[in-house]
Amino acid sequence: MASVGKIARRTFLIGAAAIAGGVAVGYYYYRKPYPNPLEGDLVADEATFNPYVKIGADNTITIVAPRAEMGQGISTTLAAMVAEELDVGLDQVKVEHGPASYAYYNSAILEEGGPFAFFDESMTAEVVRAGMGVVGKFLALQGTGGSASTRDAFLKMRQAGAAARQMLIAAAAQKLDIAAADLETANGSILHKASGKSVTYGAVAATAATMAPPADVRLKDKADWKLLGKPQKRIDMPAKVTGAPIFGIDVTLPDMLYGTIKMSPRFWAKPVKADLSKAGKMPGVIKIVPIETNYGHGFGIIAENTWAAFKAAEAIDAEWADPEYPLDSAAISEVLKQALSTKGSVMRDDGDVDTAFADAPREKIVEADYTVPYLAHATMEPMNATARLKDGVLDIWCGNQAPTLVRQLCASVVGIEQDKVNVHTTFMGGGFGRRVEVDYALCAALMAKETAGRPIKVIWTREEDMRHDAYRPAAIGKFQARLGGDGMPVAVDMTIASPSLIASTLRRLFPSISPLGPDKSIVDGAHNQPYTIPNYRVTGVAAPVSIPVGSWRSVGSSINGFFHEGFLDEIAVAGKTDPVELRKKLMAAYPAAVKVVEKVAELAKWGEALPAGKAKGMAFTLSFGSWVGEIVQVADTPAGIRIEKVWIAADVGTALDPGIIEAQLISAAIYGLSAAMAQEISFADGMVEQSNFHDYDAMRISQCPAFEVAILENFHKMGGVGEVGTPPAAPALANAIFALTGKRIRTLPMSREVTFA
Amino acid sequence: MRLTVDGQAFDINADPEMPLLWALRDLMGKTGPKFGCGIAACGACTVHVDGQPVRSCSLPVGEVTGAVITIEGIGTEGRLHPVQQAWLEEQVAQCGYCQAGQIMSAVALLDEVADPTDADIDNAMGGNLCRCGTYPKIRAAIRRAVVLKTAGI
Repeated sequence: MASVGKIARRTFLIGAAAIAGGVAVGYYYYRKPYPNPLEGDLVADEATFNPYVKIGADNTITIVAPRAEMGQGISTTLAAMVAEELDVGLDQVKVEHGPASYAYYNSAILEEGGPFAFFDESMTAEVVRAGMGVVGKFLALQGTGGSASTRDAFLKMRQAGAAARQMLIAAAAQKLDIAAADLETANGSILHKASGKSVTYGAVAATAATMAPPADVRLKDKADWKLLGKPQKRIDMPAKVTGAPIFGIDVTLPDMLYGTIKMSPRFWAKPVKADLSKAGKMPGVIKIVPIETNYGHGFGIIAENTWAAFKAAEAIDAEWADPEYPLDSAAISEVLKQALSTKGSVMRDDGDVDTAFADAPREKIVEADYTVPYLAHATMEPMNATARLKDGVLDIWCGNQAPTLVRQLCASVVGIEQDKVNVHTTFMGGGFGRRVEVDYALCAALMAKETAGRPIKVIWTREEDMRHDAYRPAAIGKFQARLGGDGMPVAVDMTIASPSLIASTLRRLFPSISPLGPDKSIVDGAHNQPYTIPNYRVTGVAAPVSIPVGSWRSVGSSINGFFHEGFLDEIAVAGKTDPVELRKKLMAAYPAAVKVVEKVAELAKWGEALPAGKAKGMAFTLSFGSWVGEIVQVADTPAGIRIEKVWIAADVGTALDPGIIEAQLISAAIYGLSAAMAQEISFADGMVEQSNFHDYDAMRISQCPAFEVAILENFHKMGGVGEVGTPPAAPALANAIFALTGKRIRTLPMSREVTFA
Repeated sequence: MRLTVDGQAFDINADPEMPLLWALRDLMGKTGPKFGCGIAACGACTVHVDGQPVRSCSLPVGEVTGAVITIEGIGTEGRLHPVQQAWLEEQVAQCGYCQAGQIMSAVALLDEVADPTDADIDNAMGGNLCRCGTYPKIRAAIRRAVVLKTAGI
């Protein structure tokens, strides 16, 4: 991309703060491994080989899958990586999340944090990527996000399995007095075929674990994979069909108290006046305590059961200070509009856009303004955490996407050292980016200071959850194109304004760090798409609105997928080009992208005539390293527009579990369609107006379309899976509705303009 | 007050206004039914009272007169209900949080209609929200459960 040189000379967010610190520490320290956190945590007769593998003398094999299971199936796929190389079946292993530890840093999560497109393999881009990986290690972020878990783990977890297997063979060779080269493994045992002798892994595990790890770890060829590349039965499925207590909200401890919170409905605002007397006297209420964290101010209610706490929270009579941000949605939109005309950061700048537009005839110009609202995550499981502070040690149980952050910030808020905090990460009833935040953990930790050592489970009401999120930011975009004589775009100019989620996240998590440089998430999904247009400029502007915003499934691409692909459809219509053909021409330099578009068009029989009252729309977004095309078919019915069918083609590079990948693509598309159809977080008097599923609903089974999915493996780098189906969903739907009705939807949610059946 | 839950009698001391859900979860240790909304809008808390699916988050425990069955009472990992078996075979769950409620609604549906139409499924399951979007697999699993039930599994 032509703009790389210009951009690389500048700083950019995360990169700015992180690279500066990271590079200085040097290569040697980077290579040095973190200690194995399982060492201090073994049961009798159990041995550990590395942070991912424990084997007991009774041949119990435990694999640590240190990424948060929020439904995306990651515990199954990570376990399969180790099991594949350890040569055991998934039904032979126990899988644990493991402790919070820097050993489980996620280096891939930041690899694409630089201002480069995924397909940019220039020297500069690769150097920054490697640097970001190092930074990921130094920040020691044990995080689940950025659709990065499999990419991060693919080499290191297979190596962990292979190294353990080689050590087990070496120990068996000693014990049996047979050359290692003559031994084989199967089903958790090491065999010598010629003599029929065998030993279990467990029988030699203790000896094997003391041996030096092999200098040369040999990985299986892809052709020899037994588990990877094939759909596995998810390891979490039996628990999830029997109602087993696997979620944070299910944690039950002896002598446990219950609680909830009532935080200021205006972000960052303190209570001006509060009357707690009525609430404090209600039956079952033990104590009401103030809560102050970097997330905001309010009260914690400690009670004998959850219901008593909920009732007392309702009875708290408080007045809250005025907000520091505009009071209502109209005023917030105005700030975003103003931001559009202020100086932003140019994140892509091919050709000479100003010159290309200077002499453009009016009839060759296409212009459009797009907007999207704030969105809540609305995970099915409302935020909650259980905490116990006893004898100076804090134990905290919660679903979370960042255990080392939970540990660090809970230690800080309670005023103890990090090594006095044990984080127990449970399964999550949905994450979607919400549990990257740590507010639920901080509240529980603070309340545990007030219970004299008794554990307390703090559950938020749905209303509290809906009104205290780190929202998907609202955004506004101004788009302009100049068409050539053939109807193809010769120039596009895109400016997107949105509050910076990185600045917002730093304020909550690390208020002492000031954000430096532009926030590339503002333009993610717009500046890094595989299209060649001679003059192509994408500018991002951070709008000064301080409502908390954060990562929402697919982050910036959830916004810009809609903007960019809706606008491309407008270009296609204006230039009288078929939308599929337009994309194929513009992405000719990226064969993986072309193949995705061809595949989804073939699946959907794009171009074939449809009966009256039905239409299709398509969109494509490259995000998190995966190339995804979607086509949506809609029908006009007496009850409104019905989404009949969705076709998805996705190139993920290497498909580690096609069953889980298909489920994720469908899930992400439904998540995107739900938001596009009807979701909006709006503001009045400085407070969120929505409160529960009656006014912030999602797609129901009766509205759910049929799906058909194709998974491709053409590109040479692996992509992510959990988020990539979301960005193209909204624009494909908008483009289909245009094809059906002639109505161009540029503002979400669509329910403002159309009715859905 | 005395309640029968999953075939077992519980004597509890609860505010009669307390929703059945919280009595189950906090007072009786039945964490299978989940809290999602508190206003009967998402179905995660669905249990059966006298065989009828109800949203336990909005039913005061003082009004419960019949026997309560939760997800923990229809089957166990070693002996699954046909609907649970179908859910397992179709690999329905993602995060899994709503699935206890989905399964309880599906069990009630199949108890009433042996071979439901798509419209029957939409009607019976429309009150159960899934944020992971497992609906296509839920539909497939209900179809599979019809077959398993017919086969007497």
